[in-house]
Amino acid sequence: MSFSVKKANDVTIFEVEGTLIVGNRQELKQKVLEEIESGARKVLVDFEKTTYIDSSGLGVLVSLAKKIRESGGDLRLANLNDDLQTLFELTKLDTLFQISESRSRALESF
Amino acid sequence: MMQGPLPLEIQIPSDVGYIEDVVAQVVRRCEAASFPDHHLAFHIPIALTEALSNAILRGNAEDITKSVRLRATVDTHALVVEVEDDGLGFDLEACTQDPTTLENIGREDGRGLFLMRRLMDDVEQFRARGNVVRMTLRRRSDDRAA
Repeated sequence: MSFSVKKANDVTIFEVEGTLIVGNRQELKQKVLEEIESGARKVLVDFEKTTYIDSSGLGVLVSLAKKIRESGGDLRLANLNDDLQTLFELTKLDTLFQISESRSRALESF
Repeated sequence: MMQGPLPLEIQIPSDVGYIEDVVAQVVRRCEAASFPDHHLAFHIPIALTEALSNAILRGNAEDITKSVRLRATVDTHALVVEVEDDGLGFDLEACTQDPTTLENIGREDGRGLFLMRRLMDDVEQFRARGNVVRMTLRRRSDDRAA
């Protein structure tokens, strides 16, 4: 997994490339927490280049969503492929997160 | 690509850093057996990652002196994969939670066994030399025809 961080106005965007799983989830968590510490409040995770996510990866997203909410911000998701969408539906996490079909839609939603 | 009757056997230390490569090897075997894309990209990687991480983190408690052993048998009809650790085992039914309930949905953990059982056709747990989790994913007849 690798990820990059971009800014679009006041939204901080994390692009996740490859897997988000037990062996690498802490890297993403640490970087998002650093951005929150630096004042980021609107956070978007873009999964366009993500292959698969395991339960640990889902757990990190749930954890980050709580922390960002506690800081007065919001974590939103975008660009889930069909399999990832199914994963979120299976676990009903599609009811916990605001998920947009594209980055531009997600940015408009903040 | 080899797709012989010999099972794929892999032994790794109790380190989650090995998981992705092991998963990739099993997926390649299944790809060679013409498993459908949704099995290759979704069912197998996630269920196998969960089984391996359970074995490493819970079964072996990340003790790097202990190993995790995988044996995967792939043919045109099914994948049968066994993941064995040196732990004491667990009660599959008792440990499987429903993460979709109102009280559980906000939890950070508790989705692993649920996903394994939703993404595979069968998940069994039994004692052999160590603690074994066996997962079976069957091909559908319409998948095989594709």
